Amino acid sequence: MIRDITIGQYYPANSIVHKLDPRVKLFATLLYIIALFVYKGLAGFILITGFLILAVKMSKVPLKFILKGLKAIVVLLVITASFNLLLTPGEVTFFKWGVFQVSDTGIRTAVMMMIRLIYLIIGTSLMTLTTTPNQLTDGLEKSLSPLNRINVPVHAIAMMMSIALRFIPILIEETDKIMKAQMARGADFDHGNIIQKAKAMVPILVPLFVSAFRRADDLAMAMEARCYNGGTGRTKMKPLKYTASDRVAYLVIIGFLAAVILLRIFVPYFG
Amino acid sequence: MGIIKTKNLVHEFFRRDEEGNVEAITTALDHVNLDVKEGQFIAILGHNGSGKSTLAKHINALLSASDGTIWVDGMDVSQEENVIPVRRSAGMVFQNPDNQIIASVVEEDVGFGPENIGVPTDEIWERVEHALSTVGMKKYRAHSPNKLSGGQKQRVAIAGVVAMEPKCIVFDEPTAMLDPNGRKEVIATAHELNKKKGVTILLITHYMEEVVAADYVYVMEKGKIIMDGTPREIFSRVSELKEHRLDVPQVTLLADELRKSGVDIPAGILTREELVDAIMKVK
Repeated sequence: MIRDITIGQYYPANSIVHKLDPRVKLFATLLYIIALFVYKGLAGFILITGFLILAVKMSKVPLKFILKGLKAIVVLLVITASFNLLLTPGEVTFFKWGVFQVSDTGIRTAVMMMIRLIYLIIGTSLMTLTTTPNQLTDGLEKSLSPLNRINVPVHAIAMMMSIALRFIPILIEETDKIMKAQMARGADFDHGNIIQKAKAMVPILVPLFVSAFRRADDLAMAMEARCYNGGTGRTKMKPLKYTASDRVAYLVIIGFLAAVILLRIFVPYFG
Repeated sequence: MGIIKTKNLVHEFFRRDEEGNVEAITTALDHVNLDVKEGQFIAILGHNGSGKSTLAKHINALLSASDGTIWVDGMDVSQEENVIPVRRSAGMVFQNPDNQIIASVVEEDVGFGPENIGVPTDEIWERVEHALSTVGMKKYRAHSPNKLSGGQKQRVAIAGVVAMEPKCIVFDEPTAMLDPNGRKEVIATAHELNKKKGVTILLITHYMEEVVAADYVYVMEKGKIIMDGTPREIFSRVSELKEHRLDVPQVTLLADELRKSGVDIPAGILTREELVDAIMKVK
């Protein structure tokens, strides 16, 4: 299960989406999220779905690979859906037991929430899958660079983020290894109530933290040995430069958000 | 003066109790004198805790000496303003391949060093290209390091150092975490850098087989250099090595045993071919 998390992983491919400037992709993701929470009704849903399918197709990342990321949030999905389903009062109530009820509004919100969450994960993981962490940090660094003036260490934050992303798969693998080692010695992670399960995690967390600190120390030394000295005086191997397709992408994503907003205003309750 | 020279280099690690009083002092380097000439392939042998890694970190200005001096490329490492130039002329490859790769794509990682020292963009690409083909990893340039084998990762790490064009590369037990194939790849790459580019190599290891092809060998124990010489000189002293619980390459050991039991073959045989030749000459 733990290997299914695709957030923060990069899927190398040669596609238009991969080649877009990371700033465009960050901006697009932001607008996409706004669109997800703005839209209402079937028309907006169709538009967003179409947009998402198109983006996934253009990215050349296999849909299966993206959907694997959803497995990690199944629990969250189920909880959100059941809360919405059981606790929302509506005009027509189909079923009532104590505080719990199933109503038409409940069903609608539950479905909407599910769609939103799933689309949110697909959209954001599409960004991280098509952008290398380094590009992503470069993009963030560049977009946030005005904050440098008020003494926010933008470069340091960006560097930390990119390293964190790089080590996610490594630490996941390590967790897996430690878990198996503990299981081989009779540890039980699958039985018992939540508290017992949480307690069983402690012998995993301790060695994981120890090794993470050791890695951090090693990495800091390796970075120093390669003359890393903070952001000053650094050049870029892949400097960010907008191309024609970036400008088109900006227009497309702004047009997309505008369309979603317009649909909400003019075609509100359709379905 | 050679490219790396140490004079009475001492490094002490202090262990402090909770109030900050010194509890114990470990002398990791004890008056080490070393002189490495440019273009040499030097091996430093020793057990865990013999101080060999501490020595490596001094060469890269990652530690500062308790006493004595170390010069890299004529620069005194203890001077603050020399730290970056020293790191530019002496690169370092570490033991764990995962913990020294910074980027999530091979080529970006190789470009990390040149970026840090302010190389212009076009030149970074040239250097990355060149460094990757030197270590034979060009076709993996767009890959994620996580998908590579240990030996390949270590070669990427070497490329990252090569791209900074150092005069000298220190390998701090680069093969300790690799399988035999990976070990061969990494050592072959080190030799190729030495022969083709004239890069001075300092290989720190505890595998005897990797030492055989070096120009000069230092053996360390408890922070001191206890033996030094060419591999042939060192390995002809089999009993002395054994006293220090150091292994000898199997071929050398076999030759030594044969010699002890009266077969007429010379001391200090290092390779299988040499042994075969020597035995063929025996009447």
